[in-house]
Amino acid sequence: MQERAGTADKPFVQESKKEHVSGVRPVEDGQEKSTPLFGGIRIQESMTIGRPAAALYAYWRDFTNLPRFCKQLRDVTIIDSLRSRWTVNGPGDKPLTWEAELIEDIPEEFISWRSVEKAEFENAGSVRFRPAPADRGTEVQLIMTYNPPGGPLGSLIAKLTAKEPAVLLREQLRRFKQLMETGEIATTDGQPAVIKS
Amino acid sequence: MRATCWYGKQDMRSETASDPRLLNPRDAIVRVTLTAICGSDLHLYNGKIPTLEKGDILGHEFMGEVMEACRGVKNLIPGDRVVIPFHISCGNCFFCKQELFSLCDNSNPNAALGETMYGHGNAAAFGYTHMYGGYAGGQAEFVRVPFADTGALKIPSGIPDEKVLFLSDIFPTGFMAADNCHIQPGDTVAVWGCGPVGQFAIKSAYLLGAERVIAIDNVPERLAMAKEKAGAEVLNHEKMNVRDALDELTGGRGPDACIDAVGMEGHGDGLLGAYDAVKTAVLLEMDRPYALRQAIQACRSGGTVSVPGVYGGFIDKFPFGAIFAKALTIKAGQTHVHKYMKRLLQYVLDGKIDPSFVISHRLTLADAPTAYKEFNDKEADWIKVVMRPN
Repeated sequence: MQERAGTADKPFVQESKKEHVSGVRPVEDGQEKSTPLFGGIRIQESMTIGRPAAALYAYWRDFTNLPRFCKQLRDVTIIDSLRSRWTVNGPGDKPLTWEAELIEDIPEEFISWRSVEKAEFENAGSVRFRPAPADRGTEVQLIMTYNPPGGPLGSLIAKLTAKEPAVLLREQLRRFKQLMETGEIATTDGQPAVIKS
Repeated sequence: MRATCWYGKQDMRSETASDPRLLNPRDAIVRVTLTAICGSDLHLYNGKIPTLEKGDILGHEFMGEVMEACRGVKNLIPGDRVVIPFHISCGNCFFCKQELFSLCDNSNPNAALGETMYGHGNAAAFGYTHMYGGYAGGQAEFVRVPFADTGALKIPSGIPDEKVLFLSDIFPTGFMAADNCHIQPGDTVAVWGCGPVGQFAIKSAYLLGAERVIAIDNVPERLAMAKEKAGAEVLNHEKMNVRDALDELTGGRGPDACIDAVGMEGHGDGLLGAYDAVKTAVLLEMDRPYALRQAIQACRSGGTVSVPGVYGGFIDKFPFGAIFAKALTIKAGQTHVHKYMKRLLQYVLDGKIDPSFVISHRLTLADAPTAYKEFNDKEADWIKVVMRPN
């Protein structure tokens, strides 16, 4: 799915059932549990994962785990309780880095984050964990918003998302599911190949 | 190692490839002792299925000896004899927990392709296109087996490879086709297609208590095998009206259950394999459900039509009115091999069935390119090919 995000005048609003965790900066009224906004592109995917919400939340909440299943992420380091530094492969495979801040953190339920001011790639995301019916695990909804940059970075993003930005997002979610359900991510990288004579 | 590789339409080559290594915690490496060519491999040979790449190693029916098992595989040790299911299943997901192993959510790195085609993805398989995961296959000396802790079936010593190899695909495929018929005492089961899966469907229907099994094909050699080895009554559809013959044989009731072991390329010329991938949707051709239409028309009211034969796309003139009017049950899908392997191994150990009866040719891995050609060109004689590494 792809749609325009809300705007500052009409934010994308959803209800919150729980109070904020202390230490996390509150957000403006009406933006609780919504994805932090960057006015350009908004993509969203959902997948059901056969693990309790608590386990999925705990793994995701440690942002240093994200590069394990998010192919584009090279590294995430923690700066303090709210801030972290994210690095991806930028144009020409050079590292592109930005600082992100935690926006909302509702244990076992919801996490959101966004790049801080002056990031070259302005982006934000949220992940929601909602119990599935009966014993079917947890419905995980991942939302990303970003401002498409210009220049070489814009070209790279356009190339990565050539088919459909949501496909890329879905692959992150699929690898997260594989890792959480099986302990590994399905791969054929490094399997037998014909030896050229 | 030596490996059988696809290079294009009717261009198979026996090549030297790098040896497999452990890539994930639940991997094992198996040294192949016996492998086979499946009827469904001929679709790949003939270039009818997309998402193959030059140099891909084919083969999804294989068995061998565990050489190495990674730390996540607690139930196997080097030296174990194992048969490996053709599809790869994690054992953890929603589908695997319900024994719907061929619908596994977690084994296919390219599941997005299936989602685009059918709405949802499918499990990966060995050596069967990139849509099915792009895993190197079993027509090779060594194979990397993902989720080996879930898939590999241990085989006791003393029973020859040829009696257990087909637990990897075609025996469970024929068995699931019969199991899906919910056979009751006195039931008559009709089987369209007398290739290896059809042969196992016939045998399995008897194992599950069918009173009579009637087999339909047009290749005399395959009909002879169905009659002499599998014990079916046989009908050659080129020489008679099958509907009339089935009515006559069942006192006008029609068969209680009908099995379509022909699939999408059915035009009455024999079995085309246990499973297949999407040909039609991509190439914009129509499946030809000759056998399926006839099975639906022939089936008695309230009966079951079971479809192990493979369909990939859309079909025309599908008699849904007959399904509704006769309140038929339709069962289909890739085989959940893991669900059936242990039970069927026990049948073999108990001497209730010797699956090696379908083997027509015994060759070595180096002969694979020739074997593909002959298997493709001479369906009367070449029913099932097995290959040893050397």
